Amino acid sequence: MAEYIWLVPLFPLIGVVINGLLGIRFPKKVIGPIACLAILGSFLVSLAIFLETLPLPESARLIEKTFFPWIVAGEFTVHVGFLIDPLSLVMMLTVSGVSFIIHIYSIGYMHGDPGYRRYFVYLNLFVFFMLTLVSASSFLLMFVGWEGVGLCSYLLIGFWYERKAPADAGKKAFIVNRIGDYGFLLAMLLIFTTFGTLDFLPIFKEAPLRFESGSFTITVMTLLLFVGACGKSAQIPLYVWLPDAMEGPTPVSALIHAATMVTAGVYMVARCSPLYNLAPFSLEVVAVIGACTAFYAATIGLLQNDIKRVLAYSTISQLGYMFLGCGVGAYTAGIFHLMTHAFFKALLFLGAGSVMHAMAGELDMRKMGGLRDKLPKTHVTFLIATLAIAGIFPFAGFFSKDEILWEALQKNTILCAIGAISALLTAFYMFRAVFLTFYGEPRIDPHIHPHESPSVMTTPLIILAILSVIGGWVGLPLIKGGNRIKEFLAPVLIHGEEVVSHNAGSEITMMLVSMGIAVIGIIIAYNFYLKNPKLPNQLAERFKGLYTLIYNKYFIDELYNNLFVQPMKEGSNLLWLSFDDKVIDGMVNGAGNIVRSASGTIRRIQTGSLQNYALYILFGVVVIILYLLR
Amino acid sequence: MIPLSHTLILGAVLFSIGVLGVFIRRNAIVIFMCIELMLNAVNLTFIAIAKSLNSLDGQIIVFFVMTVAAAEAAIGLAIILALFRNRETVNVDEVNLMRW
Repeated sequence: MAEYIWLVPLFPLIGVVINGLLGIRFPKKVIGPIACLAILGSFLVSLAIFLETLPLPESARLIEKTFFPWIVAGEFTVHVGFLIDPLSLVMMLTVSGVSFIIHIYSIGYMHGDPGYRRYFVYLNLFVFFMLTLVSASSFLLMFVGWEGVGLCSYLLIGFWYERKAPADAGKKAFIVNRIGDYGFLLAMLLIFTTFGTLDFLPIFKEAPLRFESGSFTITVMTLLLFVGACGKSAQIPLYVWLPDAMEGPTPVSALIHAATMVTAGVYMVARCSPLYNLAPFSLEVVAVIGACTAFYAATIGLLQNDIKRVLAYSTISQLGYMFLGCGVGAYTAGIFHLMTHAFFKALLFLGAGSVMHAMAGELDMRKMGGLRDKLPKTHVTFLIATLAIAGIFPFAGFFSKDEILWEALQKNTILCAIGAISALLTAFYMFRAVFLTFYGEPRIDPHIHPHESPSVMTTPLIILAILSVIGGWVGLPLIKGGNRIKEFLAPVLIHGEEVVSHNAGSEITMMLVSMGIAVIGIIIAYNFYLKNPKLPNQLAERFKGLYTLIYNKYFIDELYNNLFVQPMKEGSNLLWLSFDDKVIDGMVNGAGNIVRSASGTIRRIQTGSLQNYALYILFGVVVIILYLLR
Repeated sequence: MIPLSHTLILGAVLFSIGVLGVFIRRNAIVIFMCIELMLNAVNLTFIAIAKSLNSLDGQIIVFFVMTVAAAEAAIGLAIILALFRNRETVNVDEVNLMRW
């Protein structure tokens, strides 16, 4: 089955071709299923490959399939090839599986939209690029996917381009991502000049042989790669685009800006783990940035009133966890969290979409409340996802988050503490969202009559809810052989340094602590928003400065605007008015003017008077004669 | 026997008169006549040199020149006539449309 790996990215591309080029006359009933079937095909092929490789011995699970040379220039060759190994398989399954569920949901959610066909074309194109990204066997092909998902993200954020906010958000996402991509590109150039190739396997094989741990080249390389990851995975300082990306359709937020694309950075860091293991400093940077982002975004999430923005900040925060995991060398934990996060975060967004659907597009949680009875299915599934993200046993998020914290504790107590506090904040703000939306007194606009979504939308919710419950069970801690995902990924993601002490007692303590933290967060949220709804406002009054600061997201958007955007704009204006208008235009117009004035002078010779011409001829003849007589 | 130099000087003087006339006169017919004068001055020079060299080449060329001059006179006069019909003048200063 492994030789059919090319079918995985190809299926969505076929979907794009059918719907995009031929689908102009297709009815809606055909377009949606075609798009879904394309993704289902990818999922089934990935699943078949996965099942085929599973019984193989560890060393045989790594298969590189090269199809044809793509770029050949002298000694430099890049092939279109795919790398099948446990890491890419986990990613392929997660991406195609979650995408399939979200595609089905989209059929219901986008039903009345005039851009129905365009939506599914973009969505399929996105899945094509994402699957290329995770299955590529070289940096260059990965970069193609990387840029492609960026493009699709731009197209889908700005899907409702008639309105200014989505169009602006799309541009913002694209430009901020460009900064990260620049880092990736530089890293690729450095890798090429260092190793002379861009294929993963030779590079990872050669790197430990040629470079010592902590060598300068590898450190620069990995840091540049991390800049790329920061852009794509919305880490400090390049996270600003993700909250604005919520202007896109909600399933898009679920798929691209929560479950799959934003995890590309984590995947890339994990993929390059052989390089990162040689650069302890870079790993430290990754861990610190991850922990800071996890905490920072969680604090912003505390005070957002837009349900999708709460989820957006929680995504940034969870991505921070994944980087924290990678940064402390626990790549498996990072990827594990990536997978479980894909399930419950997709579910949260789709749930939010269902709420939006019921509330006629209302997103402000202050205008919701008491929706529990009106939207029973949405309520239950949303609650499950919230429990999962908060890290309550035995939901998926508990296992992965606990493992990250545990690994972080082995390396650095402070990072672990930051992670634990962020977990408290996460539990708090997620339950704040649940309580404000589904519980308490209804604060709904009397003109809106909430209703449960159709089953085409609720069924995906239920599937994802099941996954959010059981998804973590592939990584059971403590039990010997229970942590299957870790064993599965182990051949690819070699741990930086093997954790020496695996003390079961302290691990259980850690679990209890992280559970306790989450429960405390939930209790605080309960006190604040259900039991004593006046308390938040009183607190806001007491700590007015802090409240304003966090409410306005630390004024980072304003800061960036003043620090980068405005100077750029001013500078461009200045250059336009002074340099372009005066110098460039001056040069061009000057050249024209010189020719015009010169010809204006010279053309006076042409008098039209024959006798003048005769005089010139005579003059010429005299000159020639004088010359000959000389 | 008239020395060769005399004839040549006469030819040169006649030619110069013709050139001067072409440059300073404004009447198209007079300019035309001056051109004829130049042609005939050249003819005179040809004849004189042919005579002194005992060669017929120069004389033959003179016949050609005269033929061309006759043709030129026919066409030139026709042009001047057409010009006068159009512009009611034969003053070349007033015929300067071919300019910037």
